[in-house]
Amino acid sequence: MPDLDYRQKAWSAGLIVLFFVAWELFCVMTGMSDLVLPRPSQVFVTLFEKFPILWPHILQTLATTMIGFVLGVGLGVVLGAVIGVSKTAYDTAYPLLVGFSSIPKVAVVPIFVLWFGSGTVPAVLTALSICFFPIVVNIATGLATTEPELEDVLKALGASKLDILWNVGLPRTMPFFFASLKVAVSYAFVGAVLSETVASNRGIGNVMMTASSNFNVPLVFAGLFVLAGLGVALYVIFSVIEGRITGWATRKNDMIAT
Amino acid sequence: MWLASGLHALLAMMRMQPHSEFRGAPVSAPAAPIAIELSEASVTFGRGARAVPALATTSLRIADGEFVALVGPSGCGKSTILRLVSGLVQPTSGVVIVGGREVAARAMRVGMAFQNPTMLPWMTIERNIMLPLKIVEPFRSQFRKLRKTEFRDKANALLEQVGLKGFGNRYPWQLSGGMLQRANLCRALIHEPRMLLLDEPFGALDQFTREELWSILQELWIAHKPTVLLVTHDLREAAFLGSRICVMSARPGRILDDSRVDFPRPRTVAMTFEPDFVALNQKLRAFIVDARTAASKGAA
Repeated sequence: MPDLDYRQKAWSAGLIVLFFVAWELFCVMTGMSDLVLPRPSQVFVTLFEKFPILWPHILQTLATTMIGFVLGVGLGVVLGAVIGVSKTAYDTAYPLLVGFSSIPKVAVVPIFVLWFGSGTVPAVLTALSICFFPIVVNIATGLATTEPELEDVLKALGASKLDILWNVGLPRTMPFFFASLKVAVSYAFVGAVLSETVASNRGIGNVMMTASSNFNVPLVFAGLFVLAGLGVALYVIFSVIEGRITGWATRKNDMIAT
Repeated sequence: MWLASGLHALLAMMRMQPHSEFRGAPVSAPAAPIAIELSEASVTFGRGARAVPALATTSLRIADGEFVALVGPSGCGKSTILRLVSGLVQPTSGVVIVGGREVAARAMRVGMAFQNPTMLPWMTIERNIMLPLKIVEPFRSQFRKLRKTEFRDKANALLEQVGLKGFGNRYPWQLSGGMLQRANLCRALIHEPRMLLLDEPFGALDQFTREELWSILQELWIAHKPTVLLVTHDLREAAFLGSRICVMSARPGRILDDSRVDFPRPRTVAMTFEPDFVALNQKLRAFIVDARTAASKGAA
């Protein structure tokens, strides 16, 4: 098992390296202009040189992402719990939620800007509005699929709805919840950058916009690399947390009854 | 002896000692208090044109410490009786009295077990079994203090009684179906309920495991003497376990026959092949076959 794991990781790393090598070779061989597609080596150099300038923007993007994400998770959990506990609420609220979630969030940013001015607030709100939906759906589904027999056993003992939610419903939704956190954090990140790109004077999104209007294409790509790196980092962090907390849901395959 | 049992019954009636019901009075003693009483109770689901009668007007009295098996064709309202007694369903008409009190919109804190063992996958067996203690008083308020000591010992003592010694810290997915069902029985008994309601608990098990669990359930009953109401499709199971068997008609159910089973205890699986036992089985079978034909004629 560990052997396979390492081999898998080696293959993944190899593929990433291969991707950059192919890109570099492609640029060198075709004599591609920097203004169209800079070589990855150029991008890394720019990234390294401009890092002190980029750093506050990275922090800004991370901060808006995380604030939006935390608020989105809070809202998502509450809404999901309310909807998941009652079948009627689930059926009633679902169409509205689907409608809201299908609005492309780019279209919402100008409205937020109109209300709150450009800058941090619309970025946070965009992150929030884009990331809460998967959490609502997953929490609600987790709660709605509690075994009715178990609910009867507990009700017959005199358990309140809150007892059942706390002891059975919420722990049950944890795998769903953490799976949705991974997705939600990536979404929040996308939302924050989106809003920065459209209306902000800070953040990686704004750096990329400014750089592209100055035809500083290597810097645009450096911003892109930063975004990719941050996105992966956030995803990995939440995957690790997920594995720690809800191992019981995925462990099934490792051990069979003795 | 009669004095002792009479005193016991008296105490139980006054509900002065919560534990006295466990030992209970002998089933045959006329002084045995009534644990469950359905008087003229009926249940109808839905209203108006869509109303579905689940249980026709039924009266049933079960004495404290009795082991009653309910058998009948499927969909006849056996489970409805269980849900009435547990307080999960309210009678549409009539009265249900459990433990001397009318079952209002209030759960009776009975132990229940279904065919599906529904162990929570994120908890060890031990902690799964202790779940009722987290909910029912007086255990609830002491749960944090005693969960690692007294309550855990209690859970393990029960596990030992059902032959699962040492499995307390396994997870549900590490156990077989039969083992999970044993753990399910432990969970139903941990809070020392006066009543145990079982809805086809062994329905999903193979024949041999099922027979093994009959003996285990019998031992548990002899040891704790709760009032048991067992819903089953298996006539041998009913005759093996029950001190009384009630046969129900097809939907809407009512009780067709109510008879006492006097085979000595502890009963063994070998006894189920003796002529008396087989004769009882055939009698029960005839009732159900009649009920089914009557139902299909009625439907035609």
